[in-house]
Amino acid sequence: MLNTKNTQNEKIGVIQWFSSTLGQILISLFVPAVTFLVLWQGFLFLSRAQAPQIILVLVAIIWGVGGVALLYLVANWLVLKLPLVWSKRLQPFVFVGPAIAIMGWFLAIPVVRSLIASFQNNLSTEFVGLQNYVFAFTDPRMLETFRNNLLWLVFGTGFSVGLGLLVAVLADRSKFEVIYKSIIFTPMAISFVGAGVIWKFIYTFKGTGVGIQEIGLLNAILIALGGTPQPWLTLAPWNNFLLIVIMVWLQTGYAMVIISSAIKGVPAELLEAARIDGASEVRAFFSITVPYIKGTLITVTTTIVIFSLKLFDIVRVMTGGNNGTNVIANEFYLQMFTYNHAGRASAIAIVLLLAVTPVIINNLKQFNKERKGF
Amino acid sequence: MATSAKSQKRSQNFIVNLVLIIICVVWLVPIFGILITSFRPSEDIFRTGWWTIFPHRAELEVGRIYLDPSVDVDGVITIGAATATFEGRSPDGEVTEFDREPIEGVSATFEEFRNGVVTEEGQTLVWSGNKRSRELRLFDRQWVGFDTDLTFKNYQDVITGKTITYQDAEGRTITRTGNNLGIAFMNSLAVAIPGTIIPILIAAFAAFGFAWLNFPGRNIFFTIIVALLVVPLQIALVPILKDYVNMGLNGTFLGIWLAHAGFGLPLATYLLFNYISTLPRELLESAYIDGASNFTIFIRLILPLSVPALASFAIFQFLWLWNDYLVALIFLGERNKTVTIAVAQLVGEKGQDWHLMTSAAFVSMLLPLLVFLGLQRYFVRGLMAGSVKG
Repeated sequence: MLNTKNTQNEKIGVIQWFSSTLGQILISLFVPAVTFLVLWQGFLFLSRAQAPQIILVLVAIIWGVGGVALLYLVANWLVLKLPLVWSKRLQPFVFVGPAIAIMGWFLAIPVVRSLIASFQNNLSTEFVGLQNYVFAFTDPRMLETFRNNLLWLVFGTGFSVGLGLLVAVLADRSKFEVIYKSIIFTPMAISFVGAGVIWKFIYTFKGTGVGIQEIGLLNAILIALGGTPQPWLTLAPWNNFLLIVIMVWLQTGYAMVIISSAIKGVPAELLEAARIDGASEVRAFFSITVPYIKGTLITVTTTIVIFSLKLFDIVRVMTGGNNGTNVIANEFYLQMFTYNHAGRASAIAIVLLLAVTPVIINNLKQFNKERKGF
Repeated sequence: MATSAKSQKRSQNFIVNLVLIIICVVWLVPIFGILITSFRPSEDIFRTGWWTIFPHRAELEVGRIYLDPSVDVDGVITIGAATATFEGRSPDGEVTEFDREPIEGVSATFEEFRNGVVTEEGQTLVWSGNKRSRELRLFDRQWVGFDTDLTFKNYQDVITGKTITYQDAEGRTITRTGNNLGIAFMNSLAVAIPGTIIPILIAAFAAFGFAWLNFPGRNIFFTIIVALLVVPLQIALVPILKDYVNMGLNGTFLGIWLAHAGFGLPLATYLLFNYISTLPRELLESAYIDGASNFTIFIRLILPLSVPALASFAIFQFLWLWNDYLVALIFLGERNKTVTIAVAQLVGEKGQDWHLMTSAAFVSMLLPLLVFLGLQRYFVRGLMAGSVKG
């Protein structure tokens, strides 16, 4: 009697265990499936719907942000369903997995894919050896972009950092520091396209002739000083410098803010001591302030150098790269979309990557030295 | 001695402020120029510079002179009552009596008149048109007051998608559809808001994982993230565009959110990691002892504590997305175009429509400027932390 009851109990237990596990597995499969289905339907709705724009945008925002949050919740819920050992092992990947996957797809793997494509032809169907690199390093078009990027790098970075340093140092001695700094900083909020319109209007040229009044500020100033108006943006090689002015206008604020906060960190006693010893302001600046903020200056310069290497928007909007103003990133765009040459475009992208490699190595060295939390 | 040091300091102060004011004026004038231009009627923009709305001296046409057909225009031309008829012009350009000093005995060749001849009274005589026109215009330098003819029409034209009419640079009346910047504005919002929140959310999860959880490969993965910080995004465009075309993601919001998440994640993860890893260890340990799971700790403890870091990066990312041109151009294109694309198109197509370009540029700048001026403190903090990124 006892025996049979026991086995019956065991049987029920097994069935219960089996059914509950099966149920759990089914639920575990069902929940993610429903989640994906809902998200997929949302995507289809958004990409095909003809609803008023404002509704689409609202749905898109809720769907996008909510969808990501939902995916994390479901993934975590799933992992917790697993046996303890496995859930412990897998849970960290719920947290870091999506980030690693997205970065892998969008940045890490493309490095390899672009490298492969750079040895292939325009449609990425055949290997062509070093042909694209021969183009990238010897074609007159590319040599022009190298020259121009060098101009951007030297003058754009030089003036941005120089002016930023000047304003930071001077503003530090003024009562109206906040106002000056806010004004210089404001262009940071403006897109390169918007800045393009602003400066194109300054450089605009109507043509020579009697009774024509220039509406571009630069030509108007030139006339007031007794000169003749010029079609600035077609005047090679000077047009490059006029474009660089735009970058300086946009980036000086960045350099200024970072340098300014570094200057605030220079101990006042040191400067005071130097002054008591009879050092002039200029001397004190070069032998105390500059060495003290050297690290910041290097960081700012590096950031702006990288920016000038990748520069695209300003040239695209202002001249389209014509009249001797082409830059590497614009040639990349032209090869990719105008000439449909994936091979050459990839080779140019690899050239850009090579150009920033020293910075990558330096960042890694720096990181290894600090190793916060590792 | 003391007073001279004081006065030296005062003059130093003066020079410092003077230099700064000059730089600030140079910095503001470009923005000011297009702000004023965006409110001027198109005909005015083509005719005169934006600075002419301020009082200034200008050459105003005060009269016209018609040479008699008998005058030989190939030689030296002498203007006087015998050889020409005079006609006055009011400031509005209407024909009036010629009530000025009569011009007598001014002689010059056609070429000289073409370039302008200054009379004894300081007025300028300019031949208008070709030789056969036999028409000269008389200009006088006069003060002009505030030109207050400002309008909102440019903004209306550029924001709506309705049919608009205006006069172009040559004075022709142009009729075409507006630029629909209103829709582009909505599209930019639809790109920038989720494009900001999604990577921050993903990065916060990852930063917590890297800072507080142990798993194989943690070191290698984080080193790769540091290496990816300055990788130019051009490297990704060719392969990702290929993927997008295959997957049907090209031109969709989802596609551009993912792209921006991909390009923004290294910096976001790195910054948030730096912040989250410095949170006090005891706080988390006591939560673990209380039996909280990683997920609850993250939601209840880490996220609220990281708000300052999240906010700085959010502003950074939002401005970058709003102002982005390259990624939107490649992954969104014509479909769902953003304001930057719309403005760039305007510049490309209609190089002379300054009334539309300037107002469109201003519409595109409005939101980032507001965000920027309102939240500058957070932005600067994010900028400082992120100055390793290219």
